[in-house]
Amino acid sequence: MDLIIDGILTALQLIASFDGEVAAVTLLSLKVSCSATFVSLVLGIPSGTLLALANFPGRRFIISMVNTGMGLPPVVVGLFVTIFLWRNGPLGFLEILYTPSAMILAQAVIATPIVTGITIASIQSLPANLKLQVLALGATRFQLVWILVREARLPLLAAVMAGFGGVISEVGASLMVGGNIKGQTRVLTTATVMETGKGNFDVAIALSLILLILAFGVNYLLTVIQQRERPR
Amino acid sequence: MKKCFVLVLLVMLLNAVSSGAAPSAVILATTTSTQDSGLLDVLIPAFEKESGYQVKTISVGSGQAMKMGEKGEADVLLVHSPDAEKKFMADGFGTGRRLVMHNDFVIVGPASDPAKIKESVSAVEALKRIAASGSLFASRGDNSGTHAKEKTLWKGAGINPEREKWYQQTGLGMGQTLNVAAEKKGYALTDRATFLALKKNLGMTILAEGDSRLLNIYHVIEINPVKWPKVNARGGRAFADFMVSGKCQEAIGRFGISTYGAPLFFPDAGRNPASLGL
Repeated sequence: MDLIIDGILTALQLIASFDGEVAAVTLLSLKVSCSATFVSLVLGIPSGTLLALANFPGRRFIISMVNTGMGLPPVVVGLFVTIFLWRNGPLGFLEILYTPSAMILAQAVIATPIVTGITIASIQSLPANLKLQVLALGATRFQLVWILVREARLPLLAAVMAGFGGVISEVGASLMVGGNIKGQTRVLTTATVMETGKGNFDVAIALSLILLILAFGVNYLLTVIQQRERPR
Repeated sequence: MKKCFVLVLLVMLLNAVSSGAAPSAVILATTTSTQDSGLLDVLIPAFEKESGYQVKTISVGSGQAMKMGEKGEADVLLVHSPDAEKKFMADGFGTGRRLVMHNDFVIVGPASDPAKIKESVSAVEALKRIAASGSLFASRGDNSGTHAKEKTLWKGAGINPEREKWYQQTGLGMGQTLNVAAEKKGYALTDRATFLALKKNLGMTILAEGDSRLLNIYHVIEINPVKWPKVNARGGRAFADFMVSGKCQEAIGRFGISTYGAPLFFPDAGRNPASLGL
């Protein structure tokens, strides 16, 4: 019990004193996970929309794959991304292993199926008549997609939250592709693992609290945007 | 507002990508003990300042560190698994292997010492007593230098603990393995540095020490660029030279005195390995 109180006190101290190293680690977490979420949105929303609207052979199979991918274990992603990025591996020429870019890549791989899956569900949950009506009004295909995505924007924000929540909290992939290098690739989750290994439980608790506050902050912001306009 | 948000994200992304690999990066694969004890936090910044190289420290067990070296995924190793290192050199994966420092392994356990290993005269006897009493023993189980040492000791005791119920392999780093042992009131073999650094939270004591078989010796190995042309041989060389330099050796000898009252590592550069009993 003392330990938990110590941890909370240490957390408050670290936040209040604006400790340089903790601030850098927090910022990097935010930077990596926001970038990865952004990449996953760029990839996931169009492909999710396509899968929801189009009709082609193998579509169900691909959707099943996406749904499985929503639960992709971060360590598995970490392992494969590491092997690909090794300097003697297939993508070694990029020379990004153990850099934030590699972490963004791995986290984007984790988040993209989540965003795609939720996009499919959001678009498909729109009333079927909407599509017919829009088409009847003479919309082009592009206009149709645009209107449907706009209509689904509130559930799509849930996709953003789920994607971001998935990557900011993962440790397996970040540790493997980033290496937890001080000042370069150390993020909140990997630092927590390391401090636990070092037996600095109070610092580990402090970092966890900062992580929770951060995740809460981002989700609160998104929720406010989402709830500002309630679905009819 | 939304556009602004997207723009910020985009800038962040570009930023992150552009701050990618610097050509002057040196990948150091090392053991968890050098990181968990805090030694590298002192040495690495000094090296980076002096040489201009940027070090990427990947802290894993010695076994994994050497595997990374074999695959050309590291430029220099700082490891403590002498038998495996000799094989590594014999197989031509390294160009140079130099003695850096030593400390020792100790067997730690609960103060109540249910297996009475405190009375034993050697490390091997201590393990025999643990086995005879069936007390829990937490092993790294990860092919690290510590794990390799532990296996040699079990062999010396003529015991194969692999399938025993009291023998638990964590597969974790030294710090976490000590936490497991402490939580389950078991015994563990650990390097002294990690133990001293973690002692405050563990509630364990050193029960067997001082045996010459418990010596823990660290070498720095430069990776052979002939096999893997992408290896940063110059950077690896610079780091290895730094590790055995007078300045670094002095810093190693001083490390930990102010916090723990005793040094955690003893500098050995240039010494004859035989003088350590190798």
